[in-house]
Amino acid sequence: MADQSLPAATFDDLALPLFDQLYNFARWLTTDTSEAEDLVQETYAKALRGFPSFRAGTNFRAWMYRILRNSFLSTRTGLKTAVAFDEEDPELPQLVESSTPESLLLEQANRQVVQQALDGMPLHFREILLLCEVEEMSYQEIAETLSIPAGTVMSRLFRARKALRSLLQQKLPGGRHGV
Amino acid sequence: MACETWHGKLDAYLDGELEPTETSALNAHLRACASCAADALERVQLKRSVASAGRRYEPSSAFRGKIALRGAKPRREIGWQWSVLAVPAALVLIVSIAGSLHLARENARRQRAYSELADLHVAALASATPVDVLSSDRHTVKPWFQGKIPFAFDLPDLQGSEFTLLGGRVAYFAQTPGAHLIYQMRKHEISVFIFPDYGAETTGLPSGAAHALSFNLESWTQDGLRYVVVGDVNPVDIEALGKLLRGS
Repeated sequence: MADQSLPAATFDDLALPLFDQLYNFARWLTTDTSEAEDLVQETYAKALRGFPSFRAGTNFRAWMYRILRNSFLSTRTGLKTAVAFDEEDPELPQLVESSTPESLLLEQANRQVVQQALDGMPLHFREILLLCEVEEMSYQEIAETLSIPAGTVMSRLFRARKALRSLLQQKLPGGRHGV
Repeated sequence: MACETWHGKLDAYLDGELEPTETSALNAHLRACASCAADALERVQLKRSVASAGRRYEPSSAFRGKIALRGAKPRREIGWQWSVLAVPAALVLIVSIAGSLHLARENARRQRAYSELADLHVAALASATPVDVLSSDRHTVKPWFQGKIPFAFDLPDLQGSEFTLLGGRVAYFAQTPGAHLIYQMRKHEISVFIFPDYGAETTGLPSGAAHALSFNLESWTQDGLRYVVVGDVNPVDIEALGKLLRGS
């Protein structure tokens, strides 16, 4: 349990530096500015209330992200977005083989196209890519945030990256590599 | 170990999740296997693209103020006699919270910019063709950039110094084309990036020395251009190259 004698500023010290990142993540999840603001505000309110029960020594960042994500999933938008999915995702587009080097694809890739590709991904792929690449979370932190086993983090990340490559390839004129 | 086996471990390696023994074995393999090295480079680029594209949204200042005011502090009932002291104290608190939010944001953004430059340095060195113009002659390298980047720059005469120019390539930073020069000092390669000094990413970089992802960096502006030197040599050597470039 958290040390009850900790000064009140401790929550601020831990939580406020996460503000911009949490907002960015919330905005990606909700795809709407005012919903993202509501979600971040709700997250801070819940986290502040739950802070006395936060176990010192555990990962605060993963805890905050878990609160945010769970709050999102319990909203109407979240429920609608997080449709049940099969870990195998048989319906994902298959990777198109091409002779163009992948590096060329990515050198040409501009930010907007990658953003569009991320927007077009299923929620469970989008969120794991953002947690890994943008938040630079370890597999363990991602596992804590998403409440899934560490092994699932690896396999889901693998499939998310494969799906992203496939989406980026489709955006190249003529269906070749590149965007 | 065969390439197929390493193939399955590349993502974990690049995510920093591989065991130390496997990491050093894979390091050795990547130095020897061009195909796996190219695969690793492609994955690094995908990671970088997502990292850059994913940092898309910033909270409005109105919302920032709202969270700073309400989000973090529990409300307490206080007697009117305390309000005389509480109001100035609250103002100090609000200013300090808003200030710390701003500082945290600035630090995070600066670290991201440094990390991105360190990534460009590593990606170039890992590439099969680290430089597109291969020459130690500054009078060859400098004109090569004409028409490829929207500015011109001068390069120093390195005679009598420990540094050798290996060549250059065009690099993109914050969607802006710039010059990426690679110098050698003893067995170390050092990158020098030159970008026009506009846009939040470049102007946000402070001048002076820095450290990111075990690389030393030094940055300054000159004639409207932002220079950044990145390498794994010690800060004194980075500064020495910086001094030569500033004097060019």
